[in-house]
Amino acid sequence: MPADEVTDPVTAKQVRSSAGATAMPPETAPARPQVDVSAARAALRDVPHEPGAPKPDPIVVVDGVRRTFGGLTAVDVAHLEIQRGVITGLIGPNGAGKTTFFNLMTGFDRPDEGDWSFNGTSLKGIPAYRVARRGMVRTFQLTKVLSKLTVLENMRVGATGQHGERLLRAMFAPFWRKQETSNTTKADALLERFLLIKKREDFAGSLSGGQRKLLEMARALMADPELVMLDEPMAGVNPALKQSLLGHVKSLRDDGRTVLFVEHDMDMVRDISDWVIVMAQGKVIAEGPPDSVMGDQRVIDAYLGSHHDQDISEDMEDKIIAQAQAEIDDDNSSTAPADVEGEHRA
Amino acid sequence: MDWQSIFSEALQQGLGPVAAVYCLAAIGLNVHFGYTGLLNFGQAGFMAVGGYAVSSFVATWGLPFWLGSLAGLFAAGVLALLLGVPTLRLRADYLAIVTIAAAEIIRQTIGSVTLLTYFGGQDGLQGFSSSFANLNPFSGPVGIPGVVTWRPYDFWTLLVCWVLAALCCLMVWALMRSPWGRVLKGIREDEDAVRSLGKNVYAYKMQSLMIGGLIGGLAGIMSALQHSAINPSFFATDTTFFAYTVLLVGGAARVLGPVAGTIVFWFLISFLDLFFGQATSGTNPLIPDWLMNSNQASLVRFIFMGAALMLLMVYRPQGIFGDRRELAIDAR
Ligand SMILES: Nc1ncnc2c1ncn2[C@@H]1O[C@H](COP(=O)(O)OP(=O)(O)O)[C@@H](O)[C@H]1O
Ligand SMILES: [Mg+2]
Repeated sequence: MPADEVTDPVTAKQVRSSAGATAMPPETAPARPQVDVSAARAALRDVPHEPGAPKPDPIVVVDGVRRTFGGLTAVDVAHLEIQRGVITGLIGPNGAGKTTFFNLMTGFDRPDEGDWSFNGTSLKGIPAYRVARRGMVRTFQLTKVLSKLTVLENMRVGATGQHGERLLRAMFAPFWRKQETSNTTKADALLERFLLIKKREDFAGSLSGGQRKLLEMARALMADPELVMLDEPMAGVNPALKQSLLGHVKSLRDDGRTVLFVEHDMDMVRDISDWVIVMAQGKVIAEGPPDSVMGDQRVIDAYLGSHHDQDISEDMEDKIIAQAQAEIDDDNSSTAPADVEGEHRA
Repeated sequence: MDWQSIFSEALQQGLGPVAAVYCLAAIGLNVHFGYTGLLNFGQAGFMAVGGYAVSSFVATWGLPFWLGSLAGLFAAGVLALLLGVPTLRLRADYLAIVTIAAAEIIRQTIGSVTLLTYFGGQDGLQGFSSSFANLNPFSGPVGIPGVVTWRPYDFWTLLVCWVLAALCCLMVWALMRSPWGRVLKGIREDEDAVRSLGKNVYAYKMQSLMIGGLIGGLAGIMSALQHSAINPSFFATDTTFFAYTVLLVGGAARVLGPVAGTIVFWFLISFLDLFFGQATSGTNPLIPDWLMNSNQASLVRFIFMGAALMLLMVYRPQGIFGDRRELAIDAR
């Protein structure tokens, strides 16, 4: 089985690129490499819980990617691999560089140095739209819906390989009408799944923040991506809806897609991730299955060192509070109480 | 006060060749600004290269008229490419700055003494429209007698202009209902979102700039033919802003917005001109001399036009054809 998995992506890509050349309608596009979820997860069992640990079947490999803004090093990832076919959570305090990392990977920003590959081919210097066409589609932390287009039109924009998007054919509807119909069917199915079907004809600009998140995610799926990168998909989503959204994310994995997501809600991270990567100050500081990572001292330190305004799970919070208390006690024991009072009076 | 002649002459302007030329210019801007969100403040520049190409080909170099027209369109396309390559990857405001500057550079260059032998300096060129005039099938006034009539050559140019405008509208309609047009509208809303879905935003913006620029070039050609003359003052910056006004009055991102806009705009502006002209003339004018004399009358129309535009923007900001629902959406 593992041997199959290694060769799979290569053949899949060949099929994909030839499909692009003949511009087959999406519904007849070849299926994604079917990854056995349980096998992929089992493969992670032997991966060491160390930053930059090699994975048995990585879909993304990052090497020495660094991005600085003036004096600030926003991202500095020495080595990182993302396992195919599983859900990987990317966590870290605000300003850790998660969004910048997403931007770098997807071609929306350029690193100062470093290289990274998707399915074995380097993405260095590849423009964002080509990255998306290769099957790596991202959503944005600050949602980007096309406000004055209807929800359905937003979805249709997401479909790939449309004949009607070429200028000369666009003028003559018979060239693209059939494809449009099949894209619409596909869009409707996704809207149904993401509970937006009633909003189909509304302008996307009239949606609530949570609905926009849903629309963005559904729209990304129109492109049939191999890797879905979600930047804080749950932010602003109504708690009642979160549970079903969790189900959707899991179902992406069952479809054979790989998911990388940024999230602050630790319960969600624990619930759905097969693997968790922790970033702090631009670096990957820990990796591992959710439970092992959340107990990791480095992770607790990272959150403690940052502004303490994150949504973190209770036991992690307890640990952090205990740790903070211990430090305060330490401070107090080394400083005479009288001095402290004196400072207060002054 | 001769209301009938006021209406008749205002209608003559509203449907006339000048209005039709502005309709073409505004259709180009509609592709740029209305659908793609590209701020082209140099439509006059596209018109200038189109108009000057045809007139100099014929008047200066003695080449055939049809070749000049093709050259005019080609020049407008090249201008779009030149302006687009450095700016379309940058933020939207760069295109605005570059286009407004380019239009003025073109106008000054064409009018310069150095190029006098080719483009005729500030006096411009004449005598290039005979081939076009020879095609004119009309002789004697055309129109509805008693309501509105045009001189034969005016009617010939307005007819050609409106037919071209109709064809351009048809093309815009066909394009904007297609997936291609949807990508353009998506770019107007948020180009990063469109990029994240695998669309080559730069290429789409370039296509849009070229199509709108070509229509602008067509407007320039028709403007030169309509006057049977050309000079740099045709293509001053206010030409671009009149075209924008026409577009906004009619409603941006509506196929027929420029058509309705230009008719209303030119009807009103000549109506006001005629009205104030009559109201201040004669021995016992309607408006007393101490309030407004006949010299001031022709300028007052712009004041009223400005006020009317403000009212329009307050009470119907989406223009005549615009969709109020779209405005209710804040651009988050
Ligand atoms: N365009 C930018 N210019 C300057 N600094 C930036 C820019 N984008 C991000 N940063 C900085 O980089 C760091 C990482 O930001 P970000 O990737 O948004 O963090 P996260 O998504 O993990 O909260 C922050 O300190 C932020 O201020
Ligand atoms: Mg972020």
